[in-house]
Formats: sequence, structure tokens, C-alpha cells
Amino acid sequence: MAVLEIRNVTKHYGKIHAVDGIDLELEEGELLALLGASGSGKTTLMRMVAGLEQPSSGDILIDGESVVGIPPRHRNVAMVFQSHALYPQMTVRENILFPLKSRKVPKETWQERIDWAVSMLRIDHLLDRRTTRLSGGESQRVALARALVRDPELFLFDEPLSALDAQVRNVARAELRDLQRRTGITTLYVTHDQLEALGLGDRVVVMKDGRIRQVGTPEELYARPADLFVASFIGNPPMNLIERGETIVGVRAEHLVLKDRADFTDAGIDLALRVGQLEFLGSEWLAYGVEEDGDGGRVVVRLPPDLGDNVTLGERYEFVAERRHVKHFDKQSERLVE
Amino acid sequence: MKGGPRHLWEAVADHDRRLGWVMLGPAVVYIVAFIGVPFVLAVLLSFSNATVGNPTIHHFVGLQNFIQVIHQRQFVTGLENSLLVTFVTLALLLVLATIEVELLARPFRFKRLVQTLLILPWAMPVALAAIAWLWLLDSQFSPLDWIFRQIHVLGPGGIFGPAMHFYYLGRTGLALASIIALNVWRMLPLAVIIVLAGRLSIPQELFDQAEIDGAGVFRTLFRITIPALTPVLIVAVLFTGLLVFGDMAIVNLLTSGGPGNSTQVLPYWAFLQGINGGDLGAGAAVALFLLPVLLAVAIFALHFAYRSRED
Repeated sequence: MAVLEIRNVTKHYGKIHAVDGIDLELEEGELLALLGASGSGKTTLMRMVAGLEQPSSGDILIDGESVVGIPPRHRNVAMVFQSHALYPQMTVRENILFPLKSRKVPKETWQERIDWAVSMLRIDHLLDRRTTRLSGGESQRVALARALVRDPELFLFDEPLSALDAQVRNVARAELRDLQRRTGITTLYVTHDQLEALGLGDRVVVMKDGRIRQVGTPEELYARPADLFVASFIGNPPMNLIERGETIVGVRAEHLVLKDRADFTDAGIDLALRVGQLEFLGSEWLAYGVEEDGDGGRVVVRLPPDLGDNVTLGERYEFVAERRHVKHFDKQSERLVE
Repeated sequence: MKGGPRHLWEAVADHDRRLGWVMLGPAVVYIVAFIGVPFVLAVLLSFSNATVGNPTIHHFVGLQNFIQVIHQRQFVTGLENSLLVTFVTLALLLVLATIEVELLARPFRFKRLVQTLLILPWAMPVALAAIAWLWLLDSQFSPLDWIFRQIHVLGPGGIFGPAMHFYYLGRTGLALASIIALNVWRMLPLAVIIVLAGRLSIPQELFDQAEIDGAGVFRTLFRITIPALTPVLIVAVLFTGLLVFGDMAIVNLLTSGGPGNSTQVLPYWAFLQGINGGDLGAGAAVALFLLPVLLAVAIFALHFAYRSRED
């Protein structure tokens, strides 16, 4: 039985449809990433699961029981906000104790729960510190410990890594994945960062305008995007989309290779580009070019480090990609053509 | 055409310090003229034997005025009452303002109308408020008494005995309570405005988090809201406390210090001595007794406010 079931849920604010008919299931132990830009409805959906908002229609079931109309206090969920929302006038220890006291968890279990959460997040040296004296990474771990300590059915994360510096974020992401695997807590994770979604999610849900565009594993979303929106949203740099009559051809920057260097013969696409710009990113180069024989569309190609120096600006180069990496989308429906 | 006014303007506007002084000027003049000068005058008066008929300041009589007023019965009562009224008013204001602010922080229908009505007691001229309350508290014609009679709180068989009236202003205890009530009624909007600003600056996510963590109304109020409001509550206490302690209008209009002298307060006694009674020296001496209390409260409150800021 799925831990979380969302059945045809909508949410209207007057004429605005923030969430426009969502069906979703979350299995036990799974981390499901809700991926979308601001305004896609992902945060509204999460808030409805938490109980902070009520759906305009549809049903939400946690552990098989409908929770619509039940306040957050009586739902077995824990939530971590982007700002971490630590209670400012309390110490770390008091913060972690807060949900145990509020939810009337039996007092005998408190110490072992705290010990477990604190050791999981490695914050035992922070217990007596005021929350206003924590760094970004530290406060995030405290917020996680506070959520963990109740051992809830469902974890809700609302962009918890957004507030962290870019450097800290990578480490934090790895630690988060590790934590989720070890504790096995079913998690719903909202983010606008596709890298986070792909890196953390067992499955990823891509949302736009309150609707689901695609659900699948990160590999599925990357290799077989269901429509143009998913294709351009997933992957960095975004997938190249080239017009060819009634079809839009999609091929990723990392799958294009120089024709004379290609070790395959059956190419799915043949592109002639005049290189206008080169970007050095350390582990790779990005070449920005314009199509010579087509509509003059812009194309990005990823070049291995040794090649970057040997590509000259303003010159014409030919690129190919394997057939399996070239995707075709119908121009009208924007959907993938198999 | 250069020179003249434009030249003068640039000579000031382009120099920050000069511009600063020019802009501060009116405020400084105001404070010196309407606060500084009267204050110095009051101090000088308190050490002199000036009267309304003979307002000469330069007859120095040392501490004679102060010694004289300390022994006045009305002075002692006035000091006690001033402290009592202020203390009780502030306590009530703290509780009521916190509750009212919780209501105003949430959306509800007709909120604009309710907000306007809630401001009225403060916006109303104090004389107008006092006259309205004089009617409410009248010994014969009080509408409150009428309501109480209808619900059997007063009158034969009523909870408070066969009496038909409460005589709010005619009995010592009730008269003081009436003064406190009017002060609270009048000051509450001011306190609420100050505290509401603080309440609205608490991020909503904190309340969302508390709800999810399982906190009910009271836990949220005492563990999150009030600790966060502490600096702003202190500011509210400071402002309203000073205003209540130094107020003579309400006692003047409502009870004139009566019945007997039981609702006398220091500022009113200073007024009675100095202006009505003509003894400027004694009046000033009484008024100056307010100063150390007000100063102490201000210093204490600001110290607390800064300290909770540090956290």
C-alpha cells in the first residue's frame, strides 16, 4: 500500500488554478522529487499534503486514510522548510524536543529518540547552542534532526538546500541522500533545481502550471523526455532543440561529437555548426554555435578538455550523434515521437 | 542666472553635515523651547516660593517645597494611586494587546471596519472620551447599570444585592477601577499598533512549522509568539506607561480626584497645587517627583529591550 496517495487534487485561488488535477502515489522508503519552476504548483501541492492548505477538490490519503480536513497537528508528517524555521529563542536541544512535547510522545522514549537523531546528523556538539548562532549547514542539520526525531510516516522537504552556499550544497545533497537511505523514511522533496531532483530522487515528477508533465526515474526523464518542456528542463546545458519541418529534433550537448572523431557510423543527426563562443568550465568546454545549413538555430556542444584548445572561433565544424541519443518531438503536440 | 538663492542652496545641500543641522533644526528648536525651557523653569520654580500672583523665581528657598509636599496627605495618596493605576493598566494592556494582536494577525471578514473601530478610543479627544464615560458610569442613569439590572446582576434578587446602581465614581475602589478601565480603553489601540508591527514581522513559516510539529494555540503563543514579541512589548509598555503615569486629564474629568481624595494622582495634584491653588513652587515640586520614576522606567525598559535584541 502506498504511503501517500494524491487523487485528482486541485487547488483554485479564484480564477487561478495553482494545482490542476494531480494523481500521484508514493511508495514506502521512496524519495519522490517534485520538480518545477516557481508557480508550477509543487509547493502548493506539498502544503496540501502537510495540511497547511486544503484542496479545492480531490483526496489525499496517508497510509490509506483520507486526511483532507485534518489539521497538520494530527497528521503523521514532518516538514523541513527552506528557511529551516528553527525557533529562535530556544537552544538546539529545545528545538528538537519541541515536536516530542507538542505531540505528546511518551517521555520515556525522548532520550533515545534524541540520541538517535543527533547521532544521525552529527550535531551532538551543537545541542546547547542558541539557534541564532548556527551556520547555514548546521541549522539545516538541526532542522532535519527535529523532523527525524518523531519518526513520522512521511517527510516533506520544501527546497531545503536553496538557502545554502553552492559549495555547501553538494556536500549537503550527498549527506541528505545518505540519510534518507539509512533511515528509509518516505520522502516528498520539492525543488526547482533539476540537478537536485536527479541526484536525490528515486523518481522525479516534473510539474508545470499545476499539472504533471512526466513521472519517471531520473534515467527515464533524461533519456526519454515525454515532451519539449521536460526535454528542455532536464539536463544542464538544456537539450538542443532544432527545427526540422514539422518535427523538432532534440539532442544533448554531451552527445554531439565531431564527425571525424566519431566511432560509430549510423548517425541520428548530422549538424554543421559555425562556432561563435567557447566557454571553459574546468572539466569540459562548451562550444556555442549556429547551424550553417539549417534555420540558423543556436546549438551547444560539450567538448572534452583536450579538444577545446583545438577548436577555433568562427570556423565551421561538423557534429554527429548516435541514433539512440537523438529524440524527435512533434511540433504541434510538443510530445515525444517514439 | 547663477548666484543668490541658488548659491545659498548649494552651499547647504551639498554638504551633508550642514544639511543635517538644517533638517534637525526645527526639531531641536521645538524640544528646547517646549520641553527644555519648561523643564528648567519647573526645576527653578520648585526651589523658589513663586506663586501665580507673584511669579518671581529668584527667591531661593532650598528644599522647603519638597519637604512640605511630602507631608501632604494628598501627595502620598496621589503617589500610591499613580503607581497602582499605572501598574494595573500596564498589566491589563499587555494581556489584552497580545490577544487582540493575535486576532488582527489573521484574515477575517470586515477586518478593515473592525480595525477602524478599534483605533477610535485612541483617536478620540480625551475630553470627548471622558464625557462619554461619565454617562456610562453615571450614578443614576448609567446604561451599564441598566444592562446589569436586566440580566439580574443588580436589583432585587441580583448577584450584587438589592442595590440598583453600582455608583462607579462614588465609591473609592470602584472609582479607581473606573479610572483604570478608562486608561486601558484609551491606551489599548496605541499598544496594539506597536505590538502588531512586531507580530507581523514574525515569519509565517515559523507558525507553519509549529503547527506541523504539533503545537496547539497555547504552546505556540507562549513558546513562539511572546518570546518573539518581547522587545516590542517592552516598547509598548514604555510608551503607554509614560503616558498613563503622566496623565491628569482622565482623573480631572472623571472624578476630580474624588470621592474625597481617594483617586488623586500626582500629575493632577501638581496641577491643583500649582495652578488652581496658585502655589507654583509646591506644584512644581510635586511634578518633579514624577521624574525619577519615569526615568527609571525608561532606562529599565530600554535596557531590557536591548538585551533581548542581543539574542
